[in-house]
Amino acid sequence: MAQVSLRKLVKAYEGGVQAVKGIDLEIADHEFVVLVGPSGCGKSTTLRMIAGLEEITSGDIAIGGTLVNDIPPRDRDIAMVFQNYALYPHMSVFDNMAFGLTLRKFPKAEIKRRVDEAARILDIAMLLDRKPKALSGGQRQRVAMGRAIVRDPKVFLFDEPLSNLDAKLRVQMRTEIKKVHQTVKTTTVYVTHDQIEAMTLADRVVVMNHGVIEQVGPPQELYHHPATRFVAGFIGSPAMNFSPARLEGDAHALRVVLPNGTALPVPEHRAARYAPYVGRPILVGIRPEHLTDKKPTDKRNIADFPAIPEVIEPMGMETLVHFWMDGHEISARLDPTCPVSVGVPITLAADMDQMHIIDPATDKVL
Amino acid sequence: MADGTLAAPRPAAIDGTRANGMQRFARRRSTIAFLMALPLLLVVLGLVAYPAGYGIYLSTLNRRMTANIGLGNYEILFDSDTFWDVAFQSCVFALSAVFLKALIGFWLAHMLHHIPAKGQRKWRGMLLVPWVIPPALSTLGWWWMFDPTYSSINYILNIFAVPSVPWLGEAWWARSAIIIVNVWYGAPFFMIMYLAALKSVPEQLYEAAAIDGATSWQRLRYITLPMMANIISITVLFSLIVTFANYDIVRVLTNGGPRDLTHVFASYAFQVGILAGNIPRGAAVSLFMVPMLAVCAFFVLRGVTRRNKEQM
Amino acid sequence: MSASTVSKAEGIYAKAGSLSSERRWALWTAYASLIFAAIIFLAPPVYMFVTSLKGSAEVANMTGNPWLVRNPTLENYTTLLSNRPFLKFFLNSAIITVCVVAITMVISILAAFALARMRFWGSQFLATGVFLTYLIPDTLLFIPLYQIVGGLGLLNSIWGLVLVYPTLTVPFCTWIMIGYFASIPKELDEAALIDGATWPQMLLKIFIPVAMPGIIAATIFAFTVSWAAFVYPTAFVTTPDQMPLTIGVVSQLVRADTFAWGQIMAGALLAALPPVIIYAFLMDYYIAGLTAGATKG
Repeated sequence: MAQVSLRKLVKAYEGGVQAVKGIDLEIADHEFVVLVGPSGCGKSTTLRMIAGLEEITSGDIAIGGTLVNDIPPRDRDIAMVFQNYALYPHMSVFDNMAFGLTLRKFPKAEIKRRVDEAARILDIAMLLDRKPKALSGGQRQRVAMGRAIVRDPKVFLFDEPLSNLDAKLRVQMRTEIKKVHQTVKTTTVYVTHDQIEAMTLADRVVVMNHGVIEQVGPPQELYHHPATRFVAGFIGSPAMNFSPARLEGDAHALRVVLPNGTALPVPEHRAARYAPYVGRPILVGIRPEHLTDKKPTDKRNIADFPAIPEVIEPMGMETLVHFWMDGHEISARLDPTCPVSVGVPITLAADMDQMHIIDPATDKVL
Repeated sequence: MADGTLAAPRPAAIDGTRANGMQRFARRRSTIAFLMALPLLLVVLGLVAYPAGYGIYLSTLNRRMTANIGLGNYEILFDSDTFWDVAFQSCVFALSAVFLKALIGFWLAHMLHHIPAKGQRKWRGMLLVPWVIPPALSTLGWWWMFDPTYSSINYILNIFAVPSVPWLGEAWWARSAIIIVNVWYGAPFFMIMYLAALKSVPEQLYEAAAIDGATSWQRLRYITLPMMANIISITVLFSLIVTFANYDIVRVLTNGGPRDLTHVFASYAFQVGILAGNIPRGAAVSLFMVPMLAVCAFFVLRGVTRRNKEQM
Repeated sequence: MSASTVSKAEGIYAKAGSLSSERRWALWTAYASLIFAAIIFLAPPVYMFVTSLKGSAEVANMTGNPWLVRNPTLENYTTLLSNRPFLKFFLNSAIITVCVVAITMVISILAAFALARMRFWGSQFLATGVFLTYLIPDTLLFIPLYQIVGGLGLLNSIWGLVLVYPTLTVPFCTWIMIGYFASIPKELDEAALIDGATWPQMLLKIFIPVAMPGIIAATIFAFTVSWAAFVYPTAFVTTPDQMPLTIGVVSQLVRADTFAWGQIMAGALLAALPPVIIYAFLMDYYIAGLTAGATKG
């Protein structure tokens, strides 16, 4: 069990391309941290540097207080689960899980005890004699996790472990991984491009983009208080709506004015924060779930919003409505009972307590 | 590979001591790798590169290998009619044999591809037999079939009222006989290569083309051939190299006769260098194969590299 | 495709009918070609076998069909199998082939692993060099090699052949092993690395077992090539005692005056038997090795 520290970590490839541009991160003991971001953001490279599979260009990595920069992977006491599982195809499930222990010359009885224990946790005891080829995707995933568990390492590293599974299995295995972590409590670094996976699994989420960390925080904080435009747009599904706008009025009655003239009043308690930006171009962001048909009792922070639906997607529990505003696609999540049809104007309610204002010059959320 | 020396000045280590294990790990890795590849390197250098250089040196010596006569051996060869016969025969043999092998191989691969998959294995197994028998030995069988008095081929020809053919007695018949045996031996290889290539063309492409209204000829012309072009050219060029340098069949079937008219470079080099004992001139004869081989090798290498890039 | 001139329903049926007859025709052509090719391809070995069953009197008899045997006899085979020189050829071939296969596989597996996975200075260059070496035919270098082998005092010795045969086998085997090793997912060695394997352990416990089909294919290739090699033994060995089968059968059974055709054919067939047996039992590996040169790596 151990904490992991990254200090000014840089990975540059030949030709000067920087995949990771100096990141700092402290991961506490027993913590489950998820690195999330679009492909090419440097999250996998970071994980592979922690594993020792990529050399570090500069900076430091410490696991459990020991600097591991120059320690080869086998001596770092880590275990890794790969996207394609990387099970040894010629070995049985038992041998796959036992391999690391065999190489470390553990006694036979101890190996058997540990493998059986891991198999019990993962519910794969009946598969131990099979070859990986005879397993389903979900079972292979469990074996790959079992291989990590038996080692009882300081840190688990997961590299997009669920990407090769179909949607239904992915949800199921997500729960499974969370359950395993609650049982074994090993410090975990988990890489994914799927923000839902990140939100559901993580104690803390690390959002990365272009080789830098955009924001670190618990899932709820990232959702409610994104720090940058990138995080605001990346977290949440469907993604947050953005529209260019202007701030008008004064500190007491601030309004967000959209290019088509719609004016949305800013809640009073946030007015002071935005006052310096009056008259400047800004970007307003609001999530589809805060753009609804409902008329809640508290009328103060609700702004009316005219729209003409162009595409309607009934999802069962809700209905997604897409419309265009000055060339920007805007989505809203409506109650499924709400009658909407294409081309018929409706009035939506924007929850102004949940909107975000972004300075386009810095892309920071104000 | 990037290594630690690229690193910017680093702050003092978290834990004090910093062994450079990772770097040592990488350096040890390339040392181990080099040691693992060393035997291969020795084979390539000692048994290919060195003999190649030595062969060039040998070809500049006189018969007794006591004096360097520069290009003397080449000049003598250039003035010899037999040598030009050999060059001519080598080219005719290689070009016509490879052409026929490629054609027959392509046809058979296509036919094999069209029969139900269940029977393909059996047919493939039968048709590859000529390639499996060591050519020196199967050529013995052909030699016997071409025997002037007992020819079993002539027996069959006679049944169809075709007069007996002096297979190994006349220059052009002997040349044809050599080509026939080489085609018999090599066509199965082309068939197998083309069959593998045909099987690698995704079925959906044919289905899409059929829906687009392509006839079977158009499918061959616009899908099969372009998809196979690379394998076809690699196989043809490779076979050109091997056929051009062939020795076994000529040695067993005609041994160069009649009147040295069926010699190819390899058998002539053997004749001159080993049997007649003029090592330097023999070395010069075989070196004459180099230009042709080099051109083919260049294009094979290009084809293979291109193929690798496509697959990535 | 349109069927505008006929009514719709008829059009469909007419089309279906012609389609199936077209298919039947294509199938017919295919089988006819294959049968014809099989007859031509198998005729020489069959004729060799027929001849090998004939006594010398029947071989010399010019009346009747040479493709048929009237008084089959195993005399040729029994003579050969009690013939000391012939058995010695067999033994020589076996020793040479076993040694060459072993040397080849060790060299090429080690080198292929290093070239496919470990990368070192000049590794790319060496990989290309290996492929070029494969394209150099044996008849190009046999004369300088003759001098070199002679200089080592290994002419007329099977060990001289064991020394030079790797030039025929190592390049191709290395090349296809590089292809097979390269097709093993990179995550597998990373997983092994994290599990604590050293490079030699990784080769022995992961790569060799996983690439077993490739190793079998390469072994078969090395076997058939060194069994069938002809130029080198013809040039380097003139004493019957040290000859392998190919040159032994061709030079020793064929005597200028007495053409014992039955015996020659029996000898050739017996000599061809080992590669043919291997082919019969391991056809899929054999073909995989054959096509690997162009389709892998």
